[in-house]
Amino acid sequence: MTSLPSQSGPVKLGLVIDLDICVGCHACAVNCKEWNTSGHSAPLTDTDPYGADPTGVWFNRIHTFEVVSDDGDSRTVHFPKSCLHCEDAPCVTVCPTGASYKREDDGIVLVNAEACIGCKLCSWACPYGAREYDEDAGVMKKCTLCVDKIYNENLPERSRVPACVSTCPAGARHFGDLGDPESEVSLLVAAREGYELMPEQGCAPVNRYLPPRSKANPAEVERAAPLVATAETADGSAGLLARWVDRMLTR
Amino acid sequence: MVTSPFETPQEHVDTSPEVADDVKQTTCYMCACRCGINVYLKDDKVRYIEGNPDHPVNKGILCAKGSAGIMQHNSPARLSKPLLRVGERGAGEFKEIEWEEALGLATEWLGEVRARDPRKFAFFTGRDQSQSLTGWWAAQYGTPNFAAHGGFCSVNMAAAGLYTIGGSFWEFGEPDWDHTRYFMLFGVAEDHDSNPIKAGLGKLKTLGQAKFVSVNPVKTGYSAIADEWIGLRPGTDGLFVMALIHELLKAEKIDWDFLGRYTNATWLVIDDPGAEDDGLFARDSEGAALCWDAQKQAAVPAKDIGAGAAVVGRFTLPDGRQAVPSFELLAKRYLEPGYAPEAVAEQIGLPVETIKRIAAELAEAAFEKEIVLDIPWTDWAGRRHERMVGRPVSMHAMRGISAHSNGFHTCRAIHLLQVLLGSIDCPGGFGYKAPFPKLIPPSPLPAGKSVAPNTAIAGMPLGFPLGPDDLLVDGEGQPLRLDKAYSWDFPLAAHGLMHMVIHNAWAGDPYPVDVLMMYMANMGWNSSMNVQGTLGYLTDKDPETGDYKIPKIIYSDAYYSEMVPYADLILPDTTYLERWDCISLLDRPISSAHGPGDAIRQPVCKPDRDVRPFQDVLIDLGARLGLPGLTAEGGGAKYPGGYADYIVNHERSPGIGPLAGWRGAEGDQQGTGAPNPDQLQRYIENGCFWTHKLEPSQLYFKHSNRDYLAFAKQMGWIPSEEPITMQLYSEILQKFRLAARGHGKNQPPEAQRARIEAYFDPLPIWYAPFEEAAVADEGYDLHAITQRPMHMYHSWGSQNAWLRQITARNRLFVHPETAAKHGIEDDDWVWVISHHGRVKGQVRVMYGVNPETVWTWNAIGKRRGAWALDKDAPESNKGFLLNHIISELLPAREGGTRYSNSDPVTGQAAWYDLRVRLERCEPAENGATEPFFDPVKTPPSARPKQPAVLRYGADLKGQGAPGADRQAPAQEWIGNRHEVARTVPGVADGRGNQKGKVATLAETPPKVEPPAEGGV
Repeated sequence: MTSLPSQSGPVKLGLVIDLDICVGCHACAVNCKEWNTSGHSAPLTDTDPYGADPTGVWFNRIHTFEVVSDDGDSRTVHFPKSCLHCEDAPCVTVCPTGASYKREDDGIVLVNAEACIGCKLCSWACPYGAREYDEDAGVMKKCTLCVDKIYNENLPERSRVPACVSTCPAGARHFGDLGDPESEVSLLVAAREGYELMPEQGCAPVNRYLPPRSKANPAEVERAAPLVATAETADGSAGLLARWVDRMLTR
Repeated sequence: MVTSPFETPQEHVDTSPEVADDVKQTTCYMCACRCGINVYLKDDKVRYIEGNPDHPVNKGILCAKGSAGIMQHNSPARLSKPLLRVGERGAGEFKEIEWEEALGLATEWLGEVRARDPRKFAFFTGRDQSQSLTGWWAAQYGTPNFAAHGGFCSVNMAAAGLYTIGGSFWEFGEPDWDHTRYFMLFGVAEDHDSNPIKAGLGKLKTLGQAKFVSVNPVKTGYSAIADEWIGLRPGTDGLFVMALIHELLKAEKIDWDFLGRYTNATWLVIDDPGAEDDGLFARDSEGAALCWDAQKQAAVPAKDIGAGAAVVGRFTLPDGRQAVPSFELLAKRYLEPGYAPEAVAEQIGLPVETIKRIAAELAEAAFEKEIVLDIPWTDWAGRRHERMVGRPVSMHAMRGISAHSNGFHTCRAIHLLQVLLGSIDCPGGFGYKAPFPKLIPPSPLPAGKSVAPNTAIAGMPLGFPLGPDDLLVDGEGQPLRLDKAYSWDFPLAAHGLMHMVIHNAWAGDPYPVDVLMMYMANMGWNSSMNVQGTLGYLTDKDPETGDYKIPKIIYSDAYYSEMVPYADLILPDTTYLERWDCISLLDRPISSAHGPGDAIRQPVCKPDRDVRPFQDVLIDLGARLGLPGLTAEGGGAKYPGGYADYIVNHERSPGIGPLAGWRGAEGDQQGTGAPNPDQLQRYIENGCFWTHKLEPSQLYFKHSNRDYLAFAKQMGWIPSEEPITMQLYSEILQKFRLAARGHGKNQPPEAQRARIEAYFDPLPIWYAPFEEAAVADEGYDLHAITQRPMHMYHSWGSQNAWLRQITARNRLFVHPETAAKHGIEDDDWVWVISHHGRVKGQVRVMYGVNPETVWTWNAIGKRRGAWALDKDAPESNKGFLLNHIISELLPAREGGTRYSNSDPVTGQAAWYDLRVRLERCEPAENGATEPFFDPVKTPPSARPKQPAVLRYGADLKGQGAPGADRQAPAQEWIGNRHEVARTVPGVADGRGNQKGKVATLAETPPKVEPPAEGGV
């Protein structure tokens, strides 16, 4: 019931996440939480923080699972997930009050807490489960792409990026304008065959994931020639020692 | 503001709020990694913590632990006032007392013992980053009974490195991430050098020019992104490495030049069975080791650069004795068919072909992909080399390898493999971090042979023995230290054996103590083996006197940990944001392979409780006790300004103090120089760290590099500019063996001769871990180990309001085949049973684990009532500790002797030797862990109770200046930009959103100009 911008602007800010090097350390999730708990949607409430069922609002969560092939070979996958700032965001169009909206200037999807009635329709509509309901405040919250950080003139230039991106220890996260095919993030996505999550849902997410690279042949070194003994060694070291008798080393 | 539901309303978004009143820099302590952080402060509260982009350790990144520092700093578990026990030990009944009373009591207790027998005071610290102070303080007090947590962490790794290559992994060395082409990671490593390894792996994988092999029974964490996972059986890493060495030797894929120049491969070993010098190096009258010059057909000093030294052969020394080059002994050992892949594959749990292929890959990376840097350098003998040529194979290992009873030899085997490949301190290999390389082993010797009332001991309690004469044993060969470090039980216990202290103090073996003082070591729970037994030792009383067997316990911690209720006097510490600290070159600094560095913590917040930094307290206590180094001439405190005063003004030797930067009265010296009263200010101005970048000509081959060695000597790290020769064959180990064979004035007691003979082999050996061997026939068919979650480190981590939302309980992870064999399914509750006891946990089936191994996360389980967690918290009801079923003692041997469950060389705690079997729980047993302890009582406190709803930050939300709708342009950010730029056309070089700046930004700090007017 809420309109997407009638004319989306050319700028589509978003994240590019490299699943080939994400080690699942949760740095992005926690740094996001500490920035945003005093940020645009403050606070990121935690309930029962020291009790039996500690739960809270997180804009970014890491899902870890095992993918097992038929022959029992497994791969452990760490999958960070936050709002993908979709171009056809169903969380926006479903919103009865206009609280959920997409910015025209940069494509960031935000929630206007003043207008949110906490009906949770948006969280039902989002196929990615990327919305976070704050029970305590009674409003929906979500990734803001650090809208109060990326443009913030009170911060040094190098801090003006989403918290999850600048903190990532493995360098697995990238941020930029995915609406510009010549932007660095777009070039990276093209080079690494980055993909959009669940395109069949028709939401046209902006964020991209870079797939894990094949482990079958990651580097030339795997094709190393087998080692060949330089002397007969079936009976121990005699053959080699004989070979080395005249070898001289210098200091 | 909504005018029509059919229009998109416009929210005013404040894109430039004021976020901080101040941003202060300091050093993180959420793990031991020592990253630089920027702490945003608003209304005297912490608003945000980010990595310091200029810091050499983390270059702006920050992990989950560091990012959760806000919750640690504000934890409801913080202690708030000194406590004195009023109930029975363990009951948690305390009264709050004033600091003056607390310090008065401590002074009384410690002073009385010092005047009588200082050995009866034991002082042990946990993950203490002030060990150069705490160890020195113990020495001033006069007790040899000091150590920190290294004995139960990774001393095998440290000692093996320092006795073999003159450096070790992590704090004393690192992979050359920029040039390496093959990286092998052994065992659990997620907890040490946390961010640099993650960053390094990211670099390697982004560039795609190196292979990353993870050798670990469990495929989580870093192993998840490894190019190849080698899921071997725990404790067999040494065998795996020796099989690789076998393959490389057989194919002669070894770096002969490297062996000749930098190692003792050519040194002659005396072969004279039965003689007192059998197996020692042949030396000339000046003590210089000899090699056999094949041209002259004579024994000449191995240092002789004109010699053509033989690597095999039997030679007659001038005195008629026979000698062989040590390389021959090494080659014979590892070429034995018993080390062939075919012979060991089954035991390791790997296909023969995999072992052979990895050996071939190592050879290919080392010898076909050598890295050549056009950087001229001069070696120790003055010979100029036009290029630096490297064998780009690098390795890293930490506790996974260390925490086995065969860990010392396994760690040495890894170093042997590196050296044979020529990949030590070369481009693409392992690089030493300053102040390493040092002499092998480094100085000093352990002090404490003689102890006298009211007298300091002559040296530092921890050091590196050179032979049996340096052991701390009495005339009968019995231990002089409480933990039996440096005794015949554990001769090279370079970090002590903290895990034995409480047991030994209770047992009075070798003697009882009167006062035990500990600092940030959770020995009442997850830092002890046999937790139940340990709590018994802490509460056991002498039936005759009714006194506790450990009469007095003083404990300092910032939090209400499980150890607190078991102490008598609690000295509440601050959080890491409320204190001074120094990360010193005298301890474990923040150096990189590119140059030395050290760092400080500064208080960025004022404590809101009546707590004091433990280091301040220690310095105060030292003055009250009248300890020599802490008392001014004429009496009174030498450092009235506390730790900050000490950091600046203490001199360990003339001109050398805790911090190396901005020394000298003018602040224009580094390394050595008089104390500079403005030193801390200079650190703060520089982001709380100091680094010095080595010249390109000093960057590699530091063990043999003339310019580097001269610099290191000038800095006071090494006594001379002599090259450092790597010790493949360890003469020091052989000296202990000779003692076991009846030579020398210090020999092991009869019962220990065979043990010393067996485990002091001068070349690395492999043997089955002790527990595995001891219970081999008793049906314990599985290994049980732990891994460290990347988002937790200290025992603090699992009570952090944010981090515990990620993991509040741990499961037992079991391979599906193993589960099926035991009739176990996902979510089942099982008993994990060892020879020592049983613990209950809930199963999660996973494929990425060696089928003979079960594992769980480390240190999640907590005791009810501790850490300000609710009594129904999952940590204490469903989470479990394997510690409960790990014994601190091995099963009895012949004669009833029960050795500590530790490595026989170093005393390293053998956590990962645990053998278990599984039993499915009866339905009635499901749902909660066991053993299940009574909750500990919460101490009296002025603290507010923990909130049911935490709205942290709601009041810190900033606002922009009114009317100014400012908006800076958005910046692109490419993680690993420097590496991505090399693989994706169109991406500019640089780092993050800073284009055109190279990735090594922080390694080239601005040159520090001397201050114009004598300081700031």
